[in-house]
Amino acid sequence: MDLSAINPVLLIASLMVAATPLLFAAIGELVVEKSGVLNLGVEGMMIIGAVAGFATAVETGSPMLGFVAAAGAGAGLSVLFAVLTQYAQANQVASGLSLTLFGLGLSALMGQSYVGIKPPQMQKLDIPVLSDLPVVGPILFGHDPLLYVAIALIAAVWAVIKFSRIGLVLRAVGENHDAAHALGYKVVRIRIIAIMFGGGCAGLGGAYISLIRVPQWTEGMTAGIGWIALALVVFASWKPWRVLLGAYLFGGVTVVQLNLQAAGVAIPVEYLAMSPYLITILVLVILSADKSSAPAALGRNFHAAR
Amino acid sequence: MKLTNLMTSAAMAFGLATAALADDPTKVGFVYVGPVGDGGWTYEHDQGRKAVVAEFGDKVETVYVENVAEGPDAERVITQMALQGADLIFTTSFGYMDPTINVAAKFPNVRFEHATGYKQADNVATYSARFYEGRAVQGTIAGHMTKSNIVGYIGSYPIPEVIRGINSAYIHAKKVNPDVEFKIVWAFTWFDPAKEADAAKVLIEQGADVILQHTDSTAPQAAAQAAGNVITFGQASDMSEYGPLPRVSSIIDDWAPYYIARTQAVMDGTWVSGNTWDGIGAGMVGIGEISDAVPTDVKEAALAMKAALADGSYHAFTGPINKQDGSAWLADGEVADDGTLAGMSFYVEGIEGDIPQ
Repeated sequence: MDLSAINPVLLIASLMVAATPLLFAAIGELVVEKSGVLNLGVEGMMIIGAVAGFATAVETGSPMLGFVAAAGAGAGLSVLFAVLTQYAQANQVASGLSLTLFGLGLSALMGQSYVGIKPPQMQKLDIPVLSDLPVVGPILFGHDPLLYVAIALIAAVWAVIKFSRIGLVLRAVGENHDAAHALGYKVVRIRIIAIMFGGGCAGLGGAYISLIRVPQWTEGMTAGIGWIALALVVFASWKPWRVLLGAYLFGGVTVVQLNLQAAGVAIPVEYLAMSPYLITILVLVILSADKSSAPAALGRNFHAAR
Repeated sequence: MKLTNLMTSAAMAFGLATAALADDPTKVGFVYVGPVGDGGWTYEHDQGRKAVVAEFGDKVETVYVENVAEGPDAERVITQMALQGADLIFTTSFGYMDPTINVAAKFPNVRFEHATGYKQADNVATYSARFYEGRAVQGTIAGHMTKSNIVGYIGSYPIPEVIRGINSAYIHAKKVNPDVEFKIVWAFTWFDPAKEADAAKVLIEQGADVILQHTDSTAPQAAAQAAGNVITFGQASDMSEYGPLPRVSSIIDDWAPYYIARTQAVMDGTWVSGNTWDGIGAGMVGIGEISDAVPTDVKEAALAMKAALADGSYHAFTGPINKQDGSAWLADGEVADDGTLAGMSFYVEGIEGDIPQ
């Protein structure tokens, strides 16, 4: 065993990268759930984002365009869910699940000719002086731009939900859609916008995996991150900063367990492999003891005539 | 039970049908563990399949199924292939061993070929390549090239084939560089680019400047390229799109001659079960071009090793070699027998860590 081989600075820098896809997906789903909609299709929207982003980046040579396409594709797929649940009044759980299955299949089909191809590389941020600082440099100033976008998104969602009128309306729709409707707010329209925002974020998260974290395309490469994002939103009590904490915790334990393995720690690999899930759930359960509850209208369909 | 009866009778019906219509093309099935576009293991098996088609033209008909999970699902896929009238089925991953044996018992008239396994039957032959010979060449290059003296190794599953590779690479790296140290991460997958990339990144962060992989995707190559100053080797396929750096050489599997010979044997009716285990000499294991990033003297040492392995003057496991716990395994000059190699489940002396159970 040689724990000194683990470099804490690099560890923190790589846990931030490992956590970012989860961060994107979870913050999107948080907004969706705040509006009272439960979309279980996160995994499907992520994988569609991953393949759309990858294909676009390969064809155009620009990773940035890839991310734009990924957000578009994720949002596009979520429109399907929105139509089913908001207009056709379909069951949200069933629609979300089918969205995931559909996304996985469709992405495999779309990605057929992209297996094993090298995507264009995303440039890392390179600020003269700052990026070269010891410790702080690699952790704070040495990443790709999308990682900062994810953190900014957390801050923005938090600020909007807590301080702005838009956030108030969103919460009203999510807590009691009948009351919000009586006040004259367009419940269905607001929810559709929230669903599309969630889809776009999930798409970005997927593309982050296929364009930066791996970078490569393979079938089913999101490997359950979408489901973890869903769980994370619940355990984070629908609070943006806790989502950030949970995502970094999860990413951190994931990276640490590989580091421990490489350093030769004599813990069976299977325990190390399950540790990210266990530890993240444990910590967030303890945190969520403060009785903050789910949006009251979560998962309930709204119809103006009822 | 009923289902089994049904399948057996169906198989017999197919058997009769094939006998009656001798002019029918020979149908050869392939079961793949990854996508044919993985650029590694499955890609090379598919190249072998294409070679069969090119060789026999319309006298053969090939079918393949990709991305078949190891385990019960494989049994379903193989059964389906046999039911569709395949005469010869290649199952190309270690985890298909028991499914292949199970299905073969129900279809006595269909011939099966299982790659890298050790269970045979009258209609199940096994074949594998002596990848560990390639690992010996890689180890030689790795030992010379590493500056940090840390070599990272991404293992897939702790099975004899993978352990042989680790041991062989370690022995030969140690031979040219006594200070070398191996860090091993088990990915528990043959093909999962995300996991492989994570494993490679961690190994690089812990100081490894050579990454060896026994997984099939090019993700570790991409991670090494992003890190810079790290060298890698193509696994199963050349992966030359990552050369000349980080990829400095590769182990290439060449299944085409074997697949053609076995298909021919089925056509001629001379097919018999058996075990084929060929290496560099027979051409089943190829060493990809060693790139210019490798200094000339290292390249020569590697090629000399390759030549000695090819003509049989040197065996990759030649004593004195001790096991990890220090007990003697091979005496001076003694070479390992195939039986021990086929079931190898221990590290040699000097490798740290335990093999997961």
